[in-house]
Amino acid sequence: MKKYMIHLNSKRCIACHGCEVHCKVNKNLPVGPFLCDISSTPLKMIGGVPRTEITFSTCRHCDDPLCVPVCPTNAMIQRADGIVYIDQEKCIGCMACQKACPWSIPVQNPDDGKAVKCDFCMDRLDAGLKPACIAKCTTHALQLVALEVV
Amino acid sequence: MKKSVYSICGMCTVRCPIRVESEDNKITWIEGNPHLLGGALCAKGTAGIALLNDDERPQQPLIRVGARGAGRWREASWDEALDYVAGKLAAIKEQYGPESVVLSSRGGPWQQMYKAFIHAFGSPNYTNHDCTCGRNTHHASLSINGVGRKGFAYDIKNAKHLVLFGRDMFSALRIAENHQTLDMLDKGGRLTYVDVRQTTTGTKATRFFQVRPGTDYALALGVIHQVIKKGYYDKDFLEQFVTGFDELCTFVEEYTPAWAAKECGVKEKDIIAFVEEIGADRPNVIFHPGWNLARYSDSFYASRAMHILNVLMGNIEMKGGLFIPKGAGDCGKKGIRSIDCAKPDIKRGDGVGWEYPHFEKGPGLAHLFFKHMMSEDPYPIKAWIAMRHDPFSGMPDPEQQKLAMDKCDLLVSIDTNYSEFGWYSDIILPESTYLERDNFIVQQKGLKPRLALRRRAVDPKYDTKASWEIFTALAHRLGLEETFPFKTIEELWAWQLEPTGYTMADFEEKGYVELADSPVFYDREKLASQFKTPSGKIELVSEKLTKAGFPSLKPFESPQAPEKGMLRLISGKVAVHTQGHTINNPLLSELMPTNTAWIHSKNAKKLGIESGDLLELSSADKSYHATVAAHVTDHVHPEAVFTAHGFGKEIPRQTRSFLAGVSDQKLMIGKLDDWDQAGGGVNLCQVFVYVKKSIRNTKRRIAL
Repeated sequence: MKKYMIHLNSKRCIACHGCEVHCKVNKNLPVGPFLCDISSTPLKMIGGVPRTEITFSTCRHCDDPLCVPVCPTNAMIQRADGIVYIDQEKCIGCMACQKACPWSIPVQNPDDGKAVKCDFCMDRLDAGLKPACIAKCTTHALQLVALEVV
Repeated sequence: MKKSVYSICGMCTVRCPIRVESEDNKITWIEGNPHLLGGALCAKGTAGIALLNDDERPQQPLIRVGARGAGRWREASWDEALDYVAGKLAAIKEQYGPESVVLSSRGGPWQQMYKAFIHAFGSPNYTNHDCTCGRNTHHASLSINGVGRKGFAYDIKNAKHLVLFGRDMFSALRIAENHQTLDMLDKGGRLTYVDVRQTTTGTKATRFFQVRPGTDYALALGVIHQVIKKGYYDKDFLEQFVTGFDELCTFVEEYTPAWAAKECGVKEKDIIAFVEEIGADRPNVIFHPGWNLARYSDSFYASRAMHILNVLMGNIEMKGGLFIPKGAGDCGKKGIRSIDCAKPDIKRGDGVGWEYPHFEKGPGLAHLFFKHMMSEDPYPIKAWIAMRHDPFSGMPDPEQQKLAMDKCDLLVSIDTNYSEFGWYSDIILPESTYLERDNFIVQQKGLKPRLALRRRAVDPKYDTKASWEIFTALAHRLGLEETFPFKTIEELWAWQLEPTGYTMADFEEKGYVELADSPVFYDREKLASQFKTPSGKIELVSEKLTKAGFPSLKPFESPQAPEKGMLRLISGKVAVHTQGHTINNPLLSELMPTNTAWIHSKNAKKLGIESGDLLELSSADKSYHATVAAHVTDHVHPEAVFTAHGFGKEIPRQTRSFLAGVSDQKLMIGKLDDWDQAGGGVNLCQVFVYVKKSIRNTKRRIAL
């Protein structure tokens, strides 16, 4: 059952791209891959003030993830709390997961050729901490939302 | 072994409080101090780890073996390097006197150590980067309030309306201040933003004025006119604490909103509506008087006008207004000791204090050294020590600066990175990164003042030293032990803390020591003694200025329009880089490897270019060119071309930033001599450059 999602309070987001760097440093990634992304639409005048729409995107941790069944080595795993992660020991870097994903979320780590993607920093979550992007968000615009069954 | 230390970030000069985790001497996590910032940190802060691991920074002392700027170096031991610098300094002192040595640094809380060093050496010539930053604002504040620009701080969180003139605060990223502004907006507060282009700060604004470049002062005058006309000012406050109001009323009579609207290229009704808003929001309206207002020849007066608007709002020393930052004494506590040495009573080499008696002596004005160096008046300058300051990236026209530097026998760069100045210098003393060095304790004034310090999180990766070690070692070689008696940082801390009763253990819990439990405000009725003007009041008309031959209330002069083929060069910040020093950072260069040129769509159409096409920017004398991609937008004024500051570096050992983008400073030919005579700041936006479509846009393919 999907338990978490990341919400961006776009009123507080200043598109500083901090989250992208917090994430990749925490995952010790080299130049190249990013596991999350901040994008802003071109400026548009609204009510005399220019506005932009800022979007945060990362893995959706789908309820029924297409990347999991295609993995030939069962390296792509869905946890009970819905987090979809890659077992780095098992991954062979075939990138079938990237092709199966509608958003091509998994990316290849040039250091070891293996696939890498957002896992909500599950090691941190399990230790009672927040994912890196949220914990260090410059303006506290990113929030971790725990989903409940109503 | 796992370790956690509280420290102070060093990726930019905001110096946010941080907490750093390491394991076996490797950094594993950096976050904003949870007690002050709730963990928040910007991209630059996290990229500190990439600075630490970067092998494209100097790794041991380097002594020049080729011509200046040729980039030929030999590695030296610290002993040899320090002996080399001390030996040269001693010889220069012997032959030309101690005053022939200049030391420049960035401003900030640690500058007192560098200042103490050069004063103890016998030279009055300490200077810093402020001529390209806050000097105009500082002198404007002094002329009105009798205290400098740091004589006030801003309680933005509790304000109802914040007004920013060209201050792109969400790119400058003072995280605590950003939180305050966003909290204010969350509570329904208003943000009015004035700029020649649109920025992230503008996208959060409730009102935006895109003004013609160089007309901030006109807009402020129009607002003052309307505020007075509508009676939206604090009469009691003016009566009690302010002189010169009648003169102000007479002066602004002609500067109507209709006039201002025409000068600025905005709508009169918008100015009137804005004044109605501040009329409703006062006194909790904060006009930020500018940070880097080294821009136009009237920036000093623009800043004065913003200060005057604060005075009219009557917002001083109150919640949601301006407040006087408090120190240990205001909390009934004893302050820390600081390394100090009185300034030698010798004329400054930049003319400040004698040729220019109206400027505060303090750090003087760095850009005024050059012409004095050329004429050797009042004496020759023979050495320049740049302490983590890069004059060539910070001030206009590095080639002109080099002519003056060439008259020196010794150029020293103390820096964590190669700087453009460092690359030209005779010796580079590599400083450890902020994650690898301790520093002395500083007092951070505020409503709740604190003592804080930077702590070493890991051991230096290369053969580098902390600045306190470098200056202490030099001092010991030059016989200046009296000012630098300590041998270890622990000794220094203990000496600093002795009068306070605190010990280092008091910093363990949060990384700082809070000197007050709740915000300290002065009694508003007894404010008068706080204004250090001749009359003890806030002076809208300053006799000191009059005596120096400057009007207090200067009539507005319309800025010059660019000639055909040229645009006014405007530079500014981005959230992922710090001026010149992070351009080569592996993580930050990945986010933004080069700058672009923002150009208005109307001009782009004339030049036949679209976003992404290459533009050629050339200096007025065509001695410097750079080719960058165009960013075509309606959100920059048609008279301006905008580019992010700090790019266009020419240091081959920095492979990521080498020749990436355009340098605004190198486009500013002859602009060392174009400065605000009343405020002292360099006019960084009084520069016109040629802009044309680059020949390099060819679609032809010749290679096979």
